[in-house]
Amino acid sequence: MATQGPIPEIDDPMIDPRTGEYAVIAPGHTFKSVTQKVAGIVLTDNTPLSWLGGLFLSATVAMGVVVAVTWLVLKGVGIWGITIPGAWGFAIINFVWWIGIGHAGTLISAILLLFKQTWRNSINRFAEAMTIFAVCCAAMFPLLHVGRPWLGYWLLPYPNSMNVWPQFRSPLAWDVFAVSTYATISIVFWYMGMIPDFGTLRDRAKSPLAKYVYGMLAVGWRGSTRHWIRYESASLLLAGLSTPLVLSVHTTISFDFAVAAMAGWHTTIFPPYFVAGAVYSGFAMVLTLAIPIRKFYHLEDLVTLRHLDNMAKVMLATGSIVGYGYGMEVFMSWYSASHWEYFMMWNRMFGPMGWAYWVLILTNLAIPLTTLWSRKLRVNAAYLFFLSFVVNIGMWFERFVIVVTSLYRDYLPSSWGTYRATKWDYMLFIGTWGLFSTLFLLFARFAPMIPMSELRTMLPQAKIGKGGEDAKAVVREAI
Amino acid sequence: MPPREGVYGLLAEFNTPGELVQATKLAYGAGYRRMESYTPYPVEEAAEALHFHKTRVPLICLLGGLMGLTTGALLEIWINVWGYPLNLRAMPLFSWPAFVVPAYEWTILFAGLSTCFGMLALNGLPQLYHPLFNAPNFADGASTDKFFLCLEANDPRFDRIETRKLLESCSPVSIVEVQH
Repeated sequence: MATQGPIPEIDDPMIDPRTGEYAVIAPGHTFKSVTQKVAGIVLTDNTPLSWLGGLFLSATVAMGVVVAVTWLVLKGVGIWGITIPGAWGFAIINFVWWIGIGHAGTLISAILLLFKQTWRNSINRFAEAMTIFAVCCAAMFPLLHVGRPWLGYWLLPYPNSMNVWPQFRSPLAWDVFAVSTYATISIVFWYMGMIPDFGTLRDRAKSPLAKYVYGMLAVGWRGSTRHWIRYESASLLLAGLSTPLVLSVHTTISFDFAVAAMAGWHTTIFPPYFVAGAVYSGFAMVLTLAIPIRKFYHLEDLVTLRHLDNMAKVMLATGSIVGYGYGMEVFMSWYSASHWEYFMMWNRMFGPMGWAYWVLILTNLAIPLTTLWSRKLRVNAAYLFFLSFVVNIGMWFERFVIVVTSLYRDYLPSSWGTYRATKWDYMLFIGTWGLFSTLFLLFARFAPMIPMSELRTMLPQAKIGKGGEDAKAVVREAI
Repeated sequence: MPPREGVYGLLAEFNTPGELVQATKLAYGAGYRRMESYTPYPVEEAAEALHFHKTRVPLICLLGGLMGLTTGALLEIWINVWGYPLNLRAMPLFSWPAFVVPAYEWTILFAGLSTCFGMLALNGLPQLYHPLFNAPNFADGASTDKFFLCLEANDPRFDRIETRKLLESCSPVSIVEVQH
């Protein structure tokens, strides 16, 4: 598409003249230079002061989790703003929001791998890390919401002296399996992807401690061709397994709502609409992380404007699906001819919490879906950084609207209530941001943030001509 | 067990993947079979030159997935029908559509874990010691930007003089004799 018409900024060295697109890796890189660039971030002796500052700030915010959870364990879930009928509150909103953010990581690492979108290579590692840390934050909420988190293992099927077993006909039990499988497979995929890069770090590390730790993590990887073939096969299979997995996880989460006979929840559009929303917010979070990181670590050569442009395009597509979902919800509440559905939609738009609905329309649809059509804005890092916050706020409000407005005014007007989050709700939620950024900063400092082995395959030097044309003529004579 | 002392093999170092592939083809043509190439990223042509195509990773993945599916489905059926039957909203005890999601998740879980650990097991990893790490130039290059071919001493054709001559004809950057 971009090939049509004159491209004004063609003299930009980052633009490939054949396609008119930004290059995925800046020209002039070699195997050694990409390795040095990525490994240098981890193996440097000088920890950047701003990194330490960021870690201090994040860890301080993460203390909120410690305080809020301690108080929760001592006092019980009554310290939260949850009531009857609004029994789900922040816990479920935040759970769905965080796990949705995680989905973009799997989409980048698995689905784009299957589609042979090689541009994903430089962003997939930290997108996967984002997934894992987001799932950590997400999984905390339902576990705390059960009231006695120390008995959380009762959710698992295991023989016990009480002779009690989980019952599998509830979507809430499905969640346990979906989320735990998702977390496990994401960690396995992430770690397996890092094994060759840990090998590189082991070989390049100077300090004995780093050599030892990365050596252990690399499990003795030595880049044998036979190993690579099995490794590639395993990567493809894991990608093939993760693709339906990631779709199934948010589908299962949407079943938590859709299976319940509540007005506004009981619709068949929920699974696709939730998955699209998850990917939408996840790509926004990838941008939130990628834009400062590429600036801070000077990775503009490896995470180029092409990546930002492509991610913005994915957001445009998924955002449009989300917009369709909103439209269809409104249409169905009218078309259903159900009194309860009418009222729910009216209450959602114009009731006491109607402002939340309009915030979500503004931040999820009005701002992004009008501006992302512009290529100028899609390659403008500052604008995308701003937009990524806008979309994540919008996606949080989407979950707020879904959870709260359907619950607090249900079928029986005499039981209507309202929902007000307490300071403990806010403390735990804000604390998870700190936890997330703490984990992410530790990852950026101590693990290879960009997959070096995958970057090497994308360099022009990695191509072999037919019959190895670059080999020395001597070889041919010898044969 | 092959002897674990003496010479492990001859290790030739190349600058480009193309040279490595040519040398591998040459050695294969000369009848060498116990050899392996080492690259900083997957090089498909190098595997072709070694005539290594088939891996059993997909089979392990399939078996793991089937095991997960069977375990998950049987566990759910046993629990809900015999182990702990509950009458909920008059749903039948064997309400199989409700069992699909957890059984599916177990399928993915078992398949994924067997794929990763199966791959590591087939590769003989973790193996923290390997004779090649004794080669002075191996650690520096094999995981960064160099391409290595190792002709191993337990190949019947291996001869310290002749094999070295063969490798030299490919004009590598260096040839190192690797000790166990």
